[in-house]
Amino acid sequence: MTAMFKIALLAFYSGDGGNGGLLDVAPGLMIWTTVTFILLLLVLKKLAWKPIINSLNERENFIKDSLEKAEKARADAEVLLEENRKNLARAEEDAQKVITQGREYSEKLKAQALEESKAEAKKMIEDATLNIDRKTQEAFSKLKDQIVDIAVDASEKIIRENLDKEKQKNIVDKYIDDLQKN
Amino acid sequence: MVFSPNTNTTVTDSVATVEKSSDTGWIMHHILDSHEIEIPFIGQVPLPHIEFFGIDISITKHVVFMWLACLILIGIFYFVSKSYQKSRIPTGISNLFEILIVFVRDDIVKPTIGKGYEKFLPFLLTIFFFILVCNFIGLVPYGATATSNISVTATLAIISFIVIQAGGMIKNGPFGYFKGLIPHGVPAWLIPVMLVVEILGLFTKPFALAIRLFANMTAGHIVIMALLGLIFILHTAIVIPVSVAFALFIYLLEVLVAFIQAYIFTMLSSLFIGMAVHQDH
Repeated sequence: MTAMFKIALLAFYSGDGGNGGLLDVAPGLMIWTTVTFILLLLVLKKLAWKPIINSLNERENFIKDSLEKAEKARADAEVLLEENRKNLARAEEDAQKVITQGREYSEKLKAQALEESKAEAKKMIEDATLNIDRKTQEAFSKLKDQIVDIAVDASEKIIRENLDKEKQKNIVDKYIDDLQKN
Repeated sequence: MVFSPNTNTTVTDSVATVEKSSDTGWIMHHILDSHEIEIPFIGQVPLPHIEFFGIDISITKHVVFMWLACLILIGIFYFVSKSYQKSRIPTGISNLFEILIVFVRDDIVKPTIGKGYEKFLPFLLTIFFFILVCNFIGLVPYGATATSNISVTATLAIISFIVIQAGGMIKNGPFGYFKGLIPHGVPAWLIPVMLVVEILGLFTKPFALAIRLFANMTAGHIVIMALLGLIFILHTAIVIPVSVAFALFIYLLEVLVAFIQAYIFTMLSSLFIGMAVHQDH
C-alpha cells in the first residue's frame, strides 16, 4: 500500500541533484531543443527529404508512365492481334473459296471429258460397224462372183464331160428304165 | 562527480542506497535530466555547466541524447538518400525508411492537409522521426528519453504551434486567418465568446500535444522502474518473476507506445495545420 502511494507520489516528487521536478521547465533545455530541432530540420531537409521525396515522386511517375505505356502496348497488341485474326479468317475463306472453285471446275472438266470420250467411243463403234457391214457386203459380193465363176467353171466342166456318148446313153437308159418301172 | 571503475559497483551502490533508505529517488534519477551521463563500462561522466546571460544552458543528459538522435537520423538518411542516387530500387534499410516516409506522407500528411501539403512535409517528417528516435533511445539500456522531459515536448509543441499559425496566416492572411477562426453562421452576440474560445483552443492544442507525449513517455518508464523497484521495496525474491514479467510486458508496450506517440504527435500537428490552412471546412 505504501509502495503504491510512493509510486503515485513520484510524479510530483522533486528528485535530488538540484535538477528540478518532473514538471519543471528548464529554459536551457528548451533553447537546446529549439536549436537542435531547427538545425536537424534544415540538415535533413537538404540532405534527406528533398532528394528522397524527389526520387520517390520520380519513381512513382516512372511506374505510372511504365504502367500506362504497358497498357497502351497491350491495347495496341490486342488491336494488332484482332486484325491478324481477321486477316487470317479472310485468307482462310479465300483459300476455301479457291479450293471449292477448283473442285467444281475439275468436276466439270471431268464430266466433260467423260462425255466427250463416250461420244467418241460411240462414234468409233458406229464407224466400225459400218466398216464391218461394208466389208461383209464386199466379201459377200466377191464370194458371189467367185461362186458364180466356180459354178460356171464346174458346169462347163460337167457339160464337157457329159458330152460322151456312152454316158449320155447310160443316163438316157437309166431314165427310160425308171420310167418303165414306174 | 563519481567515477566508478565499472558498472557493477554503480548498480550495487544505488541498490545499497535504496535498501538503506528505502528511497525511490533512483526512479526519478532515471527519468529526470541530469548533469551527468552514464556510459557502460565507464560509469558516470560529468557534463559541462554553461551559463549564457544568466540562463543555464548546460549540455545535460537529454541534450546529449537529442544530439545522439540527430546523429543517428542524419547518418541513416544520408545513407538512404545516397542509396536512391545509386539505384531506383530501394534495398535493405532504405526500404524500411521508405515505408515510414511514405506512411507519413500518404497516411498522415496528405489526407489531413490535402492541397499544398508539400510545404509542411519536411517539418512533419523531421518531427516524426525525431520523436521516434528519441523514444527508442529511451528504451535502450543506459539511454535517456529526451521526449519524457516536459521542456523538450513543450518546445516541440511550441515549434508545432508556430508552424500551425504561420501556415494558416501565410495561406489566409493574418486578418483572414483570425476571421476564419469563427465558424460560419454563428449569431452576432456569440462572436465575442466564440473568439475567446477559439483563441484559447489554439493554445490548448499544442499544450495537449506536449503533455500527451511527455506523460506517455514518462509513465511507461516509471511503471517499469516501479515494477522492478517492488523487488527492493518488498525485500523478497518471490516477486522477481512477477516483476520482471510485468516489466517486460510494459517494455514491449513501450515499443508500441514509442511508435504510437510519434505517430500521434505528427498526425495531430498535421491535422491542426490542415485546419489552419483550409479553414472553410
